[in-house]
Amino acid sequence: MMIKIQLKKEMHTPLGKEWLDLDLNIAKGEFVAFFGESGAGKTTLLRILAGLDQPQEGYIEVDGEIWFDSLHTIDRPTQQRKTGFIFQENNLFPHMTVRENLEYACGDKKDRHHIEEWIAVMGLKGLEDQRPDKISGGQKQRVVLIRALINQPKILLLDEPLSNLDIRSRLNLQDEIIKVYQKTKITTILVSHDLSEVFKLSKKIFVLDHGKIIRSGSPLDVFVNNDLSGKFKFSGEIMEIQKDGVLNILTLSIGNNLTKVVATDEEIEGLSIGSKVIVSAKAFNPLILKANP
Amino acid sequence: MQPLILTFQLALTVTVILFIIGVPLAYWIAFSKNRFKYIVETLVSMPLVLPPTVIGFYLLIVFSPQYFLGHFLQSFFGIRVVFSFTGLVIGSVIFSLPFMVNPIKAGLQSFPLALMEASYCLGKSPWETLRRVILPNIKPALLTGIVMAFAHTIGEFGVVLMIGGNIPGETRLASIAIYNEVEALNYDTAGLYALILVLISFSILLIFYYLNRKSVKIF
Repeated sequence: MMIKIQLKKEMHTPLGKEWLDLDLNIAKGEFVAFFGESGAGKTTLLRILAGLDQPQEGYIEVDGEIWFDSLHTIDRPTQQRKTGFIFQENNLFPHMTVRENLEYACGDKKDRHHIEEWIAVMGLKGLEDQRPDKISGGQKQRVVLIRALINQPKILLLDEPLSNLDIRSRLNLQDEIIKVYQKTKITTILVSHDLSEVFKLSKKIFVLDHGKIIRSGSPLDVFVNNDLSGKFKFSGEIMEIQKDGVLNILTLSIGNNLTKVVATDEEIEGLSIGSKVIVSAKAFNPLILKANP
Repeated sequence: MQPLILTFQLALTVTVILFIIGVPLAYWIAFSKNRFKYIVETLVSMPLVLPPTVIGFYLLIVFSPQYFLGHFLQSFFGIRVVFSFTGLVIGSVIFSLPFMVNPIKAGLQSFPLALMEASYCLGKSPWETLRRVILPNIKPALLTGIVMAFAHTIGEFGVVLMIGGNIPGETRLASIAIYNEVEALNYDTAGLYALILVLISFSILLIFYYLNRKSVKIF
C-alpha cells in the first residue's frame, strides 16, 4: 500500500462547521477520484496532502515516508513532499515564458533535457517563448501539467483541472491526462464534481459528502443507480437542446463522443446546457457492428 | 553645490539601506501570522504622523554621548552619531521607513497566494520564491517604494536639522542651506538651491509616473 490517509480537519462551510473525516488507502500507481459537491472537502484533502493545510489530527504516509503525524508532531514541509499539484485556476508564473516556467520547475539543470520531449508530446512546439497570457486556456493547463510532472513528483494532485475550459479543450485534455498517466504510471488523485470526467479518467472513485466518504469502488459500482433497470447506461453532459416539433433533440457529450438523443418536454424539465445526465435504454435487440480498428 | 551633492548622497545611501531592510520587513508584515505584528506596523508608520522634530529630538537624546547608547558607540567604536553624516543616515532611514515598507507590503499582500503555493509545491524555498517569483511580479510596488523613499529623503528638514545640525560639508543639506541663506538674506543663493531641488524632484517623479503608466498590470 502506498498512500495511507487518516485525518480529521475542521472545515468552515456556509452551512456551519463540518469535519472532514477520512481513513483510506491508495495503491501505488492508481488513478483515483474524489467526487462530490463543492464544499464536500475535496480541495481541502488535496491541500492537506500537499502540505498547504494542516489537519487537526491525522497520519499521512506516502511510499513509506511519514508526511504528517499529529501524535509525533511530524509535518513535512510542502517543499519536501514534492507533489505535482494542478489547481483549478491556471497558475503559471506570468513573468516567465513557457520554457522558463518549465526550467524553474526542474530541480536540477540536468532534468532540463526532458523539457523538449514533454513539449513535443503535449503539442506545444513553437510556443516555448510565449508568455502565459499569449496562449489559450487549454495550452496553459498543458504547460501546468508538464511543470508539475517534470519535477518527478510522487503523486499528482488534480483539483478540478479542467473546469475552466471549454468543452473541446476539456475533452482533449482529458485524453492528454490519460496519455500522461499511461506514460508515467504516476499515482494520481483527481478531485471533481464532473461525473463524466470522473467516469472517464479514474479507476476508483470515492464519493465524498459533507466530509465523509459515503461510497467507494469502481466507477460502475458507484454510479449505477439501483432504481434504474436499463441495460445500457452512460453518463454525459448536455451540449445543446434543440426544439423539434413536439420533441427535443439533445446533443450530449458522452465520454469522447457527441451524440444526439430525443427527449420529451417532461424529461428536459430542469435541464439546461451543461447539466449532467444519465442516459439509459432498455435494449432488446441492439445492433452490434465491428468497430474500425 | 556642496549641500545639493550631500543631499543626493544621503538620499542614495538611505534608499539602498531602506531597500535592504524594507523588503524583509514588508514580507514579514505581509505574511507573518504573529499576533503582535500590528504593533510593528504601527511603529513603522509612526513617522507619517509625528512631527519630524519629535523624532529628531528623541534621536538626539538617544545618540547623545551623555547617554548610554551614544556613549557606548563613541567609546567602543569611535562612532559619533549626532551632528554627523551617520546621524543623518540613521534619522532618515527611520523617518522614510514607511515610504519604503508600505508600498512593498501592499504589493506583497495583493500577490496571488496560488503562485506562491505553486512554487512551494515545485520544491522551492520561500527565499527562492520571493526572489524569482514574487519580486519580479511586484516591480511597480518596488519602484514606488524606492522613488518615494528617495524623494522623501530629499525633502527632509526637521529630523536632519535636529540630529545633524548645520555643519558645512558634513550635515548641511540643501533644505537646511536654503533656510540658512534666507536667514542671512541671501535670496539669490536660496532661490537657486530651491529651483534646482524643484527641477530634480519634478524630474524624478515625472519619470516614475511615466514608467508606472507603462507598467502592465499582470493580475
